Amino acid sequence: MSIEIKTATLEPVRNTFAHIERRFGDKPATRYQEATYDVASETNFHYRPLWQPDKLLQDASRTRLVMADWYAFRDPRQFYYGTYVQSRAKMQEAAESSYAFFEKRDLARLLSDDHKTQLIRYLLPLRHVEQTANLNNVYGTGQGMGTALTQAMLYNGMDRLGIAQYLSRIGLILDGNTAESLAQAKQLWMDADIWQGLRALCEEMLVTEDWFEVVVAQDMVLDTLVYDLVYSQLDAQLADSGAQDVAMLTEFMQDWWKDNQRWGDAVLKTATAESADNKALLEQWLTLWRGKAAEALAPLATEMLDEQALERALAVLDKRLNKAGLFR
Amino acid sequence: MAKKLNIKEKYRLLTRDLDWEFSYQDRKKAFPYEEFEGIKITDWSKWEDPFRLTMDSYWKYQAEKEKKLYAIFDAFQQNNGHLNVSDPRYVNALKVFLTGVSPLEYQAYQGFAHVGRQFGGVGARVACQMQAIDELRHVQTQIHAMSHYNKYFDGLQEFSHMHDRVWYLSVPKSFFNDARAAGPFEFMIAIGFSFEYVLTNLLFVPFMSGAAHNGDMATVTFGFSAQSDEARHMTLGLEVIKFLLEQHEDNVPIVQKWIDKWFWRGTRLLTIVAMMMDYMLPNKVMSWKEAWEVYFEEAGGALFKDLARYGIRMPKYSDVIEKEKEHLSHQAWWTFYTHGHAAGFHTWIPTDEELDWLSEKYPDTFDKYYRPRWELAKELEAKGERFYTSGLPQLCQTCQIPMLFTEMDNPGEICYRDHVHEGERYHFCSDGCHDIFVDEPEKYVQAWLPVHQILQGNCGGPGVEEVLSEYYRMNLGVDNMDMKGSPDEKRWKQWKGVA
Ligand SMILES: [Fe+2]
Ligand SMILES: [Fe+2]
Ligand SMILES: [Zn+2]
Repeated sequence: MSIEIKTATLEPVRNTFAHIERRFGDKPATRYQEATYDVASETNFHYRPLWQPDKLLQDASRTRLVMADWYAFRDPRQFYYGTYVQSRAKMQEAAESSYAFFEKRDLARLLSDDHKTQLIRYLLPLRHVEQTANLNNVYGTGQGMGTALTQAMLYNGMDRLGIAQYLSRIGLILDGNTAESLAQAKQLWMDADIWQGLRALCEEMLVTEDWFEVVVAQDMVLDTLVYDLVYSQLDAQLADSGAQDVAMLTEFMQDWWKDNQRWGDAVLKTATAESADNKALLEQWLTLWRGKAAEALAPLATEMLDEQALERALAVLDKRLNKAGLFR
Repeated sequence: MAKKLNIKEKYRLLTRDLDWEFSYQDRKKAFPYEEFEGIKITDWSKWEDPFRLTMDSYWKYQAEKEKKLYAIFDAFQQNNGHLNVSDPRYVNALKVFLTGVSPLEYQAYQGFAHVGRQFGGVGARVACQMQAIDELRHVQTQIHAMSHYNKYFDGLQEFSHMHDRVWYLSVPKSFFNDARAAGPFEFMIAIGFSFEYVLTNLLFVPFMSGAAHNGDMATVTFGFSAQSDEARHMTLGLEVIKFLLEQHEDNVPIVQKWIDKWFWRGTRLLTIVAMMMDYMLPNKVMSWKEAWEVYFEEAGGALFKDLARYGIRMPKYSDVIEKEKEHLSHQAWWTFYTHGHAAGFHTWIPTDEELDWLSEKYPDTFDKYYRPRWELAKELEAKGERFYTSGLPQLCQTCQIPMLFTEMDNPGEICYRDHVHEGERYHFCSDGCHDIFVDEPEKYVQAWLPVHQILQGNCGGPGVEEVLSEYYRMNLGVDNMDMKGSPDEKRWKQWKGVA
């Protein structure tokens, strides 16, 4: 039997799984749909967790946000595992060649001592912030509802581990693999006044129980501010002062942020549009964490950039929230 | 010249060094579940990373694997690869897999994400996170591999809905719910060690070689592709147990108790694999008994010899388990055959050739205890009286398998155990399940037992037929009953041009 005959004569019995058909109609489904929708268990859990006996294994009451359907959080990137790793593999390939180029040409040699000090003082301690973001997103994966959202949070969490590792590599490039710069940066993270607000904020997020609140605090508020301050404002300042090569080492973070924003914006928009109660709750959380983050970042932003830097970052955040339908 | 860093030192700097000592919050509040199980961790820094993979390499390797895998899936679909399977009966093994096993991959994803957040040690946490994302990969690639079969065969279409409801699927579901409901260290001994390190070979090798022997390219390919993930998961499982045993001697009896529990629960779960290997694969790989001897008795035996220096002994009831290999698959398939109207897949009488194979593989038990049943079933079928049992079976409170197992020293007698807890009598299939219950009755009284739920009217009704068709969403007589005369069989004959 030849291939053409087979494909011509075989009528499928159905186009896709029944739960996909119920959502999207009787037609062939995408791989994102089949990998995502209604995959998680939803009912008839057998035992309450010993670690949280007042909840079910999957329990919507782990957050105060209320959704009729958690699968409303469609990822505009349509990432399932396969498309996710392929996207990141491409980004890491570009990063790898930049890092290799930077190291081969020993471009660190062209950086002034001032610039090196700046990177150790302002950039490297962020590896601990990324580590916090890793934990916060993985927290959402373990506690959250619906694969559409939980998988995207795990991708975000793994991305942040990757970024923490890239930042650590920048340190090793600067100090010729002695790890002295990483030790210095960690010392700053632990002791320097400009970092204590942020460190306290990270520790506070890590003990916050409501997972969606944690996601709001980390992925929406803090990340928007930090990525603007560091990967936009500091990046411009470095470029203007002759340290433009550093951008080769932080391009991954910039590309990642662009990609991640698409997802984050969709999450905010969907949660806001769901109900007036959600909108009010989000605004309450956003106001709270925006205030905390602004306070935490103020000394860093001022010393690293200037008196207005934080205001500029806050304006970026406000615009983003507005676009998602919040505070208006 | 930059100093050369060895892999261990580099991984320490890139990953292990990311944690810090808290100053503003109580760190125990950020990692609150580490103490309640009684496990003592004195020093997380003693954790030896089982693999040292940074995210950049992870993305790169995994993307290469995915690319190859999906190229095969694409070709499989375009070329109607399902036509190459040995026999349409084979696809029923895939139905069992997608409804019973793939959702466990999903639960592994959830469970590892949970512990990957909760462990205080960054090394352990990151290893668990990588397993979480791997397990997500497994469930998604399995769905994608089966997606094509779903278009041409009945019984795969409601896999997710069924996993949450159907009577026999509560066996695998409750197994994983049990582990996820436990504390983080028990979860790791249950899944990371007992399941991934010891029992996973018994699940995957049979399924994947079964697929290979039966012409199923899609399943073979995802199986192979998952193998290097599994290798990482196994090293994590081994590191966990060594770490716990080395951290504190008080951990030893706790770990031993968990090993006893999870090996018993694991062997009960694998009953379904036993049945699949001996009865559902048209082209046989090896018998369940042989697989058990190679992967459990030999490989597991060596492992436990190695663990003896920590004071760990073989799992309790290993002697019973050894006898069960002669019986499990026969007792299970007979149960499904007789409840074939309530299953989500087709059942059948083994062919004469297959009966002979079983006689040969089980010389001590098959002819004596099981062959006569099949000969009787054949006679009834020939008379047009294919036999179905109408009653609802009683389920074991712990493993949730119907009371189908016999006393191992007396295969004519069903094994019943019971126990009274707070004035209520609970029933068990074995001493192993009884002991697990008695140790944690508050947990197991909560079990969502499908048959109880039906009898209490929680699954629709009024009759069993409505439960099956409305609550389970099975297409009666289409998804299930005998393979003979099924739509699956008719279509297959049409495709192949045979009468
Ligand atoms: Fe897996
Ligand atoms: Fe695994
Ligand atoms: Zn049992």
